[in-house]
Amino acid sequence: MSDTALPLATKLKDAVPAAPLMPLSVRDLTLRFGETTVLDGLNFDLGSAGCTMIMGPNGSGKSLLLKLLHGLMAPTSGHIDWGGQDPQAVTKRQALVFQKPVLLRRSVAANIDFVLKTRGKDRGRRDALLDHVGLAHKADQPARLLSGGEAQRLALARALATDPEVLFLDEPTASLDPASVLAIETIVRDARNRGMRICFVTHDMGQARRMADDVLFLHGGRIAEHTAARDFFCEPQSASAQNYMDGRLVV
Amino acid sequence: MQSIGEAFGLALQLVASGDGDLLEIVLLSLRVSLTATAVACLIGLPIGALVAIGRFSGRGAVLIVMNALMGLPPVVVGLVVYLHLSRSGPLGFLGLLYTPTAMIIAQTILIAPIVAALSRQVLEDLHAEYAEQFRSLCLTRLQTVQALIWDARYSLLTVGLAGFGRAVAEVGAVIIVGGNIDHLTRVMTTAIALETSKGDLALALALGLILLVIALGVNAAVQSVRMTAARHAHV
Amino acid sequence: MRKRALGAATLAILLAGQACAQDQSIIVQSTTSTANSGLYDYLLPIFQEKTGIEVNVVAVGTGQAIRNAENCDGDVLLVHAKPSEEKFVEAGYGTSRTDLMYNDFIIVGPEADPAGVGGSDDVQGALAKIAEQGALFASRGDDSGTHKKEMALWSDAGVDPTAASGDWYRETGSGMGATLNAAIGMGAYVMTDRATWISFGNKQDYQIAVQGDEDMFNQYGVIPVSPDHCPSVNTEAAQTFADWLVSAEGQTAIAGYTVADQQLFFPNAPSN
Repeated sequence: MSDTALPLATKLKDAVPAAPLMPLSVRDLTLRFGETTVLDGLNFDLGSAGCTMIMGPNGSGKSLLLKLLHGLMAPTSGHIDWGGQDPQAVTKRQALVFQKPVLLRRSVAANIDFVLKTRGKDRGRRDALLDHVGLAHKADQPARLLSGGEAQRLALARALATDPEVLFLDEPTASLDPASVLAIETIVRDARNRGMRICFVTHDMGQARRMADDVLFLHGGRIAEHTAARDFFCEPQSASAQNYMDGRLVV
Repeated sequence: MQSIGEAFGLALQLVASGDGDLLEIVLLSLRVSLTATAVACLIGLPIGALVAIGRFSGRGAVLIVMNALMGLPPVVVGLVVYLHLSRSGPLGFLGLLYTPTAMIIAQTILIAPIVAALSRQVLEDLHAEYAEQFRSLCLTRLQTVQALIWDARYSLLTVGLAGFGRAVAEVGAVIIVGGNIDHLTRVMTTAIALETSKGDLALALALGLILLVIALGVNAAVQSVRMTAARHAHV
Repeated sequence: MRKRALGAATLAILLAGQACAQDQSIIVQSTTSTANSGLYDYLLPIFQEKTGIEVNVVAVGTGQAIRNAENCDGDVLLVHAKPSEEKFVEAGYGTSRTDLMYNDFIIVGPEADPAGVGGSDDVQGALAKIAEQGALFASRGDDSGTHKKEMALWSDAGVDPTAASGDWYRETGSGMGATLNAAIGMGAYVMTDRATWISFGNKQDYQIAVQGDEDMFNQYGVIPVSPDHCPSVNTEAAQTFADWLVSAEGQTAIAGYTVADQQLFFPNAPSN
């Protein structure tokens, strides 16, 4: 790992702007589509390090929350404050891995090249990035012929290529086999250990246990619970979280 | 009544004899229409791309105009180009009337809207797939357009083909601005019009068959490129 | 990359334009009958061989040819509508008009001859009969020399066929060949110049119905476009071409052109 770690990231002084993005402070965050309230006055803070697992039943607004935090959407009302930074400049310092990876109709290597080039990064890092996600041997293959797990690893490599300070993952392992899930988790954990802030949406209880530093549990557009991982899994405070883990919570 | 069978025989005979005049006409047809297609793509693609990803007021109106211009009557285009290129017209000093260049200009005007409108559709569909990922990557508008055009290149080939098909088949514009001058501006379609007006229907039909075969050839070539690309999942 | 492609396209256009920028070439705005009958294919190689001047022919209806020449889009005008030609010269568009040659107009019709005008040499009588019977008649209707001549003949016959336009009188608004095709398609009589008819390939059962009337004489004239009106014309080459056509050599060449052993044009330039 140590031999790939160096070229994986751009040199620190280039990559990290003076003022950090963390901590995150969210106040009264509300999102409505017409009459429907999807997120209803969320208030929470995220500390500067670790992996936050965002959980909750289908339709609880987890994916939309990620998009709001990433700046892909604007809230109906409320505030998202990333370390006091200009909201316009935040997106570029973060990366989002979607549930279904959107890969360019090009080779595996060209998908990475594209991001390195458009974001003005060192093009020489491509091989190290592919090696890091275990796709070096597929560099010349068409990206759209990769298996689900390989495609998601490529999407992850592409996200890492932008040197994000925050990495959002939206159910990245939802339809993958156990080996692929493990591979993704290993890469994400490595990123976390190198100081990248992780926000990870999942339904997989085992995955949450393996990865979480803290858990943000959404239900009905509200935060039912936001606690440290150990507390959450051992003695959840909210009835909805308890029911969810028992498989009894329905929307 | 001259039969279609006779036309087939004549077409084969013309091709087999390696008729020099025929070759000249075929090559000029290809040169004019391929050049017009290339120029129309250079103009139409960026316009189509901008409308595809742009969200500006009046976009709906632009779409309607673009789609309507796809139906430009060739004769009208020919007439407008003639009036501009005529010696007494504003661009007469260029001395372009009755040259292949004038024909290229007319056909370019004719098919640029087709390229723009169809590539807009292709790029908009692809953009719907890529948009969120691209916004997450904070791509500039130019980077987005470039990536879309590159990734849609095989679909855009078909768009170019549609433009080429219209260009190589039209007669109304080129006969006005080209003048159907023998050995200078005579192309397949104007030659067909001429033979029809001479009442030599079999020869006209034979030329039409040859034009059809050329169109088939170009289409087959593009199709094979697309199939190769499809095997590599680039489509 | 994009810029280079654009440059290449521009270059291609410029090169395409170069192909016809040779000094010694002229454009003749011509009536269709002389072109469709194949006369130019016979004459022009002889002329080019002798002078090295390349002659490009734009064959359109007389009306359009004159308008194109007025727009300076030709160096020589070769048409057959004497009054219009004289107006063209008077208005200063052309230097001078010279009679060049003639052929004659004929009226052709289906074998069945519904108006019973077959074999006539009296065009006025034949037209009057056609109008009376309401037999189908196809007209160019395109302001061409042939159309103008046809209208003059109707006028002489005391008939205004345009009153029946769309009924028995069908104006195609097209060239001679297209009008012949249309007339034959609907079984209508139609007036054409003899040269076009002889070389026309889609005659089917059509025959010459009316011919030989002196009123159907079809005079062609040649006019170099005036450099005073159009500074862009290639005066010298245009004059060379016009002079050659009316010279003894040119006139002999015109007389020598035959299709199916028939002479199509009869030279009658005034000898000087």
